[in-house]
Amino acid sequence: MKVLVPVKRVIDYNVKPRVKMDGTGVDLTNVKMSMNPFDEIAVEEAIRLKEKGAASEIVVVSVGPQKAQDTLRTALAMGADRAILIQTDQEVEPLAVAKLLKAVTDEEQPGLVLLGKQAIDDDSNQTGQMLAALTGRPQGTFASKVEIKGDIVEVTREVDGGLETVSLKLPAIVTTDLRLNEPRYASLPNIMKAKTKPMANKTPADYGVDIAPRLTTLKVEEPAKRQAGVKLGSVDELVVKLKDLGVVA
Amino acid sequence: MSVLVLVEHEGGVPKDASLATITAAQKLGEVHALVAGEGAEAKQAAEATAKIAGVAKVLLADDAAYANMLAENVAPLVAGLMGNYDALLCNATSNGKNIAPRVAAMLDVMQISDVLSIEGTDTFTRPIYAGNAIATVKSSDAKKVLTVRATAFTKAAASGGSASVETISGPTDAGLSSFVGAETSKSERPELTSAKVVVSGGRALGSSEEFHRLIDPLADKLGAAVGASRAAVDAGYAPNDYQVGQTGKIVAPEVYVAIGISGAIQHLAGMKDSGTIVAINKDEDAPIFQVADLGLVGDLFQIVPELTQKL
Repeated sequence: MKVLVPVKRVIDYNVKPRVKMDGTGVDLTNVKMSMNPFDEIAVEEAIRLKEKGAASEIVVVSVGPQKAQDTLRTALAMGADRAILIQTDQEVEPLAVAKLLKAVTDEEQPGLVLLGKQAIDDDSNQTGQMLAALTGRPQGTFASKVEIKGDIVEVTREVDGGLETVSLKLPAIVTTDLRLNEPRYASLPNIMKAKTKPMANKTPADYGVDIAPRLTTLKVEEPAKRQAGVKLGSVDELVVKLKDLGVVA
Repeated sequence: MSVLVLVEHEGGVPKDASLATITAAQKLGEVHALVAGEGAEAKQAAEATAKIAGVAKVLLADDAAYANMLAENVAPLVAGLMGNYDALLCNATSNGKNIAPRVAAMLDVMQISDVLSIEGTDTFTRPIYAGNAIATVKSSDAKKVLTVRATAFTKAAASGGSASVETISGPTDAGLSSFVGAETSKSERPELTSAKVVVSGGRALGSSEEFHRLIDPLADKLGAAVGASRAAVDAGYAPNDYQVGQTGKIVAPEVYVAIGISGAIQHLAGMKDSGTIVAINKDEDAPIFQVADLGLVGDLFQIVPELTQKL
């Protein structure tokens, strides 16, 4: 079974994003960029499926600028087999990404597409579900456990009330949550080896997909800041304050 | 504008998040509510939804295929109804986030996630970068598909309405997926996302035993729901559904008590709209104190039992 893993190049999760003074977006100049953490978990899960013999080939794909090559190389160094870069400098919305991934899915026919549940830049949490709709495949979102059982995949999902397990017919779409696994670091020999793994260069036009945005960002602002309050000297003071708030049962 | 709201319900009762989504929907136009489910519970939920203030009509879709809100079955039902509506609003809950994008793609619409405010019929605000920035976006799609963050809107009154309930039929089981089971945390405490008081514990508690030994009695004293930081959940001190933060639950209680939580950005994104924030932490430079209204610096293993006893 072939596994397709889409990955996105985003601001590194340790960097505090700063809103641009002119309110047009978040300043990404000279900011460290990395693979979206949820996508890293998806790559790791694909590798584990391959190690268990459930997957035969791992194809990673990214939609983004030339620099997204670095993100794909990281995935190859972790253990993916080959990569596809769909290059564009435009901002691409989840619906357009899903359409491009649909085209790649039609071409590659993966048994499983593993995606991060959301990217930590736009926080949309849409692409996997949209890809599932466009391909008519079942979806297992926010996965904390993925088990291939013959021609089905059983997915345990992190939901508001706890955990929920669904059984999906393959081919299927799965999106990863935080606790699915802990991604490995690529070893130096594997980083070297990744440089010779195949990477195809494509454009959205190659797939005949219109990526024109549907949304216009009118402005981006910093959220209202909270003022720091007071530090209390003792538990007794806190008891008084809590009683004043009327929350003591 | 005519607006369809996908109502979530449990035990025959519409969820609080849906009441907030109905408030948001009223800002756009006439509100019809879709209750999908199976049997008596769905019927009961539909009748309860008809009483919600501001709901003009309730659509009840009763089929075994909708019992567990599987996206493969519910999305075609919703998409099939959207010919009559200009907008679809779902809760930004695990169900809403699962189903809404599937509907949006079927309609060829770019969804707007986690809506915080409605600025006009096509203009909305939403958080990006884990809540470090708020974007105002304008949609050019003919139909709108939104997920709504419940803490950003007041809940519609559960009574006062008298809408009609129309039973509809939709697509049956798509045959793509099935529900296997659920492990839900059973608790006598209020639900985390709608509790008036939340007591959350962090990694500083050190173990699952200490987490429950210290946090639970304090929560009981305050009639509070229990939450946790991502670090505490990752360490196995608390189950995943306790997690408060950008990738967990978004809460905005009247009082939020953070115990042994340093205040990582992603945690703050999940609780910074709370009324009063109380922080107990031994590190006086912890970022949590920058957002806390009331701070207490010290050893939580001494402070928390003392606090619980004195309350």
